[in-house]
Amino acid sequence: MSALAHMGGGGAPATAMPPKEPSGRSWLPYLLLLPGVLWLLVFFIYPLAQLFAVSLYSDYPDYPGYYYQDVNWHNYVRALTDFLPHFGRSMLYAGLATFFAFVLAYPLAYAMAFKAGKWRGIMMILVIAPFFTSFILRTIAWRQILADEGPVAWVLEHLHLLSFMPNGRITETWVAVVAGLTYNFLPFMVLPIYASLERADPRVIEAGGDLYANGFTTFRTVTLPMSMPGVIAGTLLTFIPAAGDYVNAELLGSDTGTKMVGNVIESQFFKVLGGYPIAAALSFSLMALILAMVFLYVRRYGTEELL
Amino acid sequence: MARNGRSVSGFREAKGDLRLENVTKAFADFTAVDDLSLVVPRGSFFALLGPSGCGKTTTLRMVAGLDQPTAGRILVGETDLTGSRPYERPVNTVFQSYALFPHLTIRDNVAFGPKRRGEANAASLAEDALALVQMTHLGGRKPAQLSGGQQQRVAVARALVNRPEVLLLDEPLGALDLKLRRQMQVELKRIQTEVGLTFIHVTHDQEEAMTMADTVAVMNRGRIEQMGPPVQMYDLPKTAFVANFVGQSNLGQGHITGRDADFLIADVQGSTVRIPARRSSVESGAVTFGVRPEKVSVKRTRPEGTGNDVRGTVLDVSFIGVATQYLVRLPSGTVWSAYEQNLDLEPMDLRPGDEVWLTWNPGHAFGVGPDPDAVQAAEAAKVGAGE
Ligand SMILES: Nc1ncnc2c1ncn2[C@@H]1O[C@H](COP(=O)(O)OP(=O)(O)OP(=O)(O)O)[C@@H](O)[C@H]1O
Ligand SMILES: [Mg+2]
Repeated sequence: MSALAHMGGGGAPATAMPPKEPSGRSWLPYLLLLPGVLWLLVFFIYPLAQLFAVSLYSDYPDYPGYYYQDVNWHNYVRALTDFLPHFGRSMLYAGLATFFAFVLAYPLAYAMAFKAGKWRGIMMILVIAPFFTSFILRTIAWRQILADEGPVAWVLEHLHLLSFMPNGRITETWVAVVAGLTYNFLPFMVLPIYASLERADPRVIEAGGDLYANGFTTFRTVTLPMSMPGVIAGTLLTFIPAAGDYVNAELLGSDTGTKMVGNVIESQFFKVLGGYPIAAALSFSLMALILAMVFLYVRRYGTEELL
Repeated sequence: MARNGRSVSGFREAKGDLRLENVTKAFADFTAVDDLSLVVPRGSFFALLGPSGCGKTTTLRMVAGLDQPTAGRILVGETDLTGSRPYERPVNTVFQSYALFPHLTIRDNVAFGPKRRGEANAASLAEDALALVQMTHLGGRKPAQLSGGQQQRVAVARALVNRPEVLLLDEPLGALDLKLRRQMQVELKRIQTEVGLTFIHVTHDQEEAMTMADTVAVMNRGRIEQMGPPVQMYDLPKTAFVANFVGQSNLGQGHITGRDADFLIADVQGSTVRIPARRSSVESGAVTFGVRPEKVSVKRTRPEGTGNDVRGTVLDVSFIGVATQYLVRLPSGTVWSAYEQNLDLEPMDLRPGDEVWLTWNPGHAFGVGPDPDAVQAAEAAKVGAGE
């Protein structure tokens, strides 16, 4: 009885209120989001949760390859202690590759945006062209290019620079891995930087000159800051996949001393009996590490203009 | 950083009149500025008027050093600036498109120039300049967070703060509402006279040019058609284009038939009119006759003995408060306009279709070279406005 009275009392003011005007509108965005959310749930969130669960499994000591559900944080301890050098290499190689890609990409993007004129289209095609061939094939081609008898070694040999390379060679060293990573992710650096430079109003850059900044100062205080959104996007698009990459280290590196986290995840997963939980723990650790680094990086350099 | 044997500061310290000597700018297949010569005395206000695409921005860009002339020289005082870099010149620009630095706050935008010149008090200079354009309260924002008019004011402050020898303003007030525009005009004029800067002011607003400038130049197709003090430009245009562009004109195509003392006699589409000889750019042959609308009176009956009148039919009457504008179609088909101040106690009460006589004091007439295009354009402007 009292409940009924309560409901009536609550209902009266509600009907007195003006009806929410476009009531049909408010759920439309959610409806539009639904397919994407479902997709993410089924193909991203669920596998991720599954992966996290696996990363905490324990195995039966007497039956390698058989696991039981558990909350075994020791997998993470092992992942981070046994494979610490691999984490280090992943970060170092990806960092170096990002740096070299930036150094190569910025002048290229700059030339495309401001100097190329009618060559712009052709340069764009050349930047994108490698994507027409498979990633693996291109990396195998780099084996030939960097091989001991290959053209790069030959040139360095004649410049008396080859002896400065680790072990006096390029292939099967960290140099080859970093070179491969740089090459493979270069377009991901070029394109965002180019997009942000191309969007920049040339009058704004001229205004720098008009206001007493010489060419270099204008670049440093106007052009470069204006292209920062592109630089940040480019470094993220290079660093993140490079840090998780294993193909370059596999095909261009040596069996010892140049393996990255990706390689251990791959071998734990496919080749080591009973390696599943460790592979999962490694994957999760790598993801957390990259997320943390990206977060700090964007906090430090990113602005609301990003993307 | 020596260039032509002079240091950067050599250029930057240049003082004196701005001189353009036979300056030409040719793009691939198009001459945007054609053999332009002019002198802008130091500390004067020079307004550049002209239709879209006539080469105003290109001229400013060459003075700023953003484009190099294909031929000719640009000097400030005795210093030849031709070939020097924008940052070496004592010149600042208010860009037509504002060109504010998107990544810097308003305050930093304005302080940019003073900082580059190594001013110790760049920040306080910027504050003063912002106060001048009433933008202090938005100093912390980024340009994208401002309205068009606000951005424009920041662009003015950013150039003005440097107190350059020559300030180039490319339609700097175009995006402002009338009240703010008048306010800024007064401010700019005050700064210009107080500090003694040379201003080159590009505008589409001929009233702005007339009220602010010491010298007005009308540019057309890369050339200066005429320049001089505003009063002179209005009173005695030298070409039909100028007659049209600076204020309105009643024009008629005709030819000179003779001379009577100080007057030229011309036949304009069947009417005989007189032009003071010293007010005509041509002495004989084809001529474009002109008289300003406010110099023309409208009468119901033919006035006696003036000898400067034409008959016509009223096309349109528009009351605009201080005056009434009449559009009258002449027998030749030409449409003229006339302004009558509303001084009569009993208004004439003319209606479209009425027959009237237009008359004027021959001393106000002027003659310019024949230019059928300009006559047509004058007509189109009037009829367009009347409908
Ligand atoms: N880089 C260029 N290449 C080719 N033609 C150009 C170039 N810059 C300008 N022009 C041409 O030169 C002419 C003059 O241009 P300018 O920008 O000086 O005109 P404007 O008088 O400032 O016009 P508006 O009042 O519309 O700003 C135009 O016809 C324009 O198309
Ligand atoms: Mg312009």
